[in-house]
Amino acid sequence: MSSPALADFLDASVRSATPLLLAALGETVAERSGVINVGIEGTIIAGCLAGLVAATVVGPNAALLAAGIAGIGIALIFVVVAIGLAADQIITGTAITMLGLGLTSTLYRVIYGDGGAALSAPTLSVIGIPLLQDIPVVGRALFRQPLPTYLAELMVPAIWYWLHRTQSGLAIRATGENPGASLASGISTRRVQTTAVLFGGMCGGLAGGTLVLAQVGTFTEGMSAGRGFVAIAIVALGRWHPVGVAMAALVFGMASALQFLFQALNLNLPYQIFLALPYLLTLLALALTRGVYRAPAALGARKAVRG
Amino acid sequence: MMRIARMVLDPLLAGILSLLMLAALLVVSGYPVAESLTALWRGAFGSWSVIASGTLVRATPLLFAGLAIAVAFRAGILNIGAEGQLLIGAAAATAVAMIMPTSLGLAGALLVLLAGGLAGGAWAAVAALLRVRFGVLEVISTIMLNVIALNITGLLVRGPLQEPTRIFPQSALIDQALRLPRLIPGTRLHLGVALAVCCALGLAWFLRYTAPGFRLRMTGSNAAAAASAGGIDVRRVMFSAFVMSGALAGLGGAVEVTGVTYALYENLSPGYGYTAIAVALLARLNPASAIGAAVVFGSLEAGASAMQRDAQVPAGLVGVVEACVILMLLASEWIGAKVQGMRSLNRGGTPHDQVLEASSSPA
Repeated sequence: MSSPALADFLDASVRSATPLLLAALGETVAERSGVINVGIEGTIIAGCLAGLVAATVVGPNAALLAAGIAGIGIALIFVVVAIGLAADQIITGTAITMLGLGLTSTLYRVIYGDGGAALSAPTLSVIGIPLLQDIPVVGRALFRQPLPTYLAELMVPAIWYWLHRTQSGLAIRATGENPGASLASGISTRRVQTTAVLFGGMCGGLAGGTLVLAQVGTFTEGMSAGRGFVAIAIVALGRWHPVGVAMAALVFGMASALQFLFQALNLNLPYQIFLALPYLLTLLALALTRGVYRAPAALGARKAVRG
Repeated sequence: MMRIARMVLDPLLAGILSLLMLAALLVVSGYPVAESLTALWRGAFGSWSVIASGTLVRATPLLFAGLAIAVAFRAGILNIGAEGQLLIGAAAATAVAMIMPTSLGLAGALLVLLAGGLAGGAWAAVAALLRVRFGVLEVISTIMLNVIALNITGLLVRGPLQEPTRIFPQSALIDQALRLPRLIPGTRLHLGVALAVCCALGLAWFLRYTAPGFRLRMTGSNAAAAASAGGIDVRRVMFSAFVMSGALAGLGGAVEVTGVTYALYENLSPGYGYTAIAVALLARLNPASAIGAAVVFGSLEAGASAMQRDAQVPAGLVGVVEACVILMLLASEWIGAKVQGMRSLNRGGTPHDQVLEASSSPA
């Protein structure tokens, strides 16, 4: 492979991985608190639409913020039902996904008319870091990217620090492992899980915003295209650890970048195999490393103690 | 008698509730309410032919997938892979139909359906094996298997199963002889509708009156008790229930290709496997009640297309209504109590967890 093609491939990998990483990092925090939010897809698509609408009004940078807020809004519904009413998390999450997809497609038509004309939003410009961006092969992929990519990269150590070196991170992990004991030791598990899920919602919204503002530049119905489910796979493949999650996101990013590479190289290979491959890998990894690394013990459990 | 009354009344109430919610949403988003709802009604129940060709045909895959969800949930398995199992069933049925000699007649068609059911069951068996042998949460594995199934379907309709001209991403048409016969001439109502109803009634009988059905329910309501007090091999019961769930969804996929589309498409399912969760919950995980629940959602979806066509109301609004119905059902305490039992098992349940859960359940 020639080095420009390789550089292109790495660049495309990082680009595809960025929204996945953002969403997966948020989901990691939520899952470490014992909450699996299958509705992350709904928060992503909400971020997409909010990003587009806000970008046409206040520009792309502030629109990214709006996308994050929209994600929090959707996650709030999840919090009320799954944490407040202690309903089943999986079913609630599925409903949240349906809600997000339906609501955005409806709102898009309400706002922009029946045709849902392709509307283009101003996009975030690429920020190059002087000197570093000129490193051969990897320079462009790592140091010549739009804002959300840097944001996602910085969030990896930040979330590691939060979860593993702070009091509130300890509370999150304790709640995810043993909510009963956490509650007994004075942790408000409900508040901890609410914070974690809302943070996850914000990340999902940012992921959606990234999709619109840094990549596609417009909104189409269902454009999140299952990325919320990819994020859940990434969290599992990344072993519920921020660094692992970052590497897993890159694997999934590479898999979807391969199809562009094949097109560029004129290879007529069935790309679906490569799209499905990381999922297969995740299933294998989950099956084979049983007991070595594992999901938070209380993941998906309904509220442990009524309090 | 009470049970029968509830089987009719529950879906009816949910239907009315959905309509009210839809009306509210229409008001909020500024669409003409009366005109939109009239269009919805015409599209779903306007005439006998619309009921047969639209609502009931649409309700059929929802019923199959809804039964799949219901039987899994009753056994304490959170199978959200009905979508993938349905797709694999449809793909396998199409593949078998392509090589099936047409001289077999209806027997050939039944073999095609059988292939779909087996394939769906096999697909679920992967997740079941991962759960029972390797402790992988079925929620995570079925999500991934859904995506893999979607990619396999995409691969098949562009590769081995692509139609002869090799232009469109779809399979060749299934031979006339292997298609499901129409029940009412002039409509699209096919034999699969009757088959789905039979499955629902059969499953209801199985769960209520047979020993394996009893073991399944016991495993779902309290796995630890079922194992220790009942001497039930809960892993085996869960594995079988998971496979049975997948087989039902796969059969639904096979019925869809042999009864409605006559070919395999990549986006054969507009999310039947997910709407089915709403169907199963509305039916309170009761297979017989799922018939009514599937008709409610089938009519909503059939009516939505008419509403979009005649009143320019985005069909996505129906997704919002479906989601709201699920959320409201979750909020109601009955479902809460029902799922409570199933969760205690689903956690894999150390005795410690079970005690916590038990102490947390509302009296």
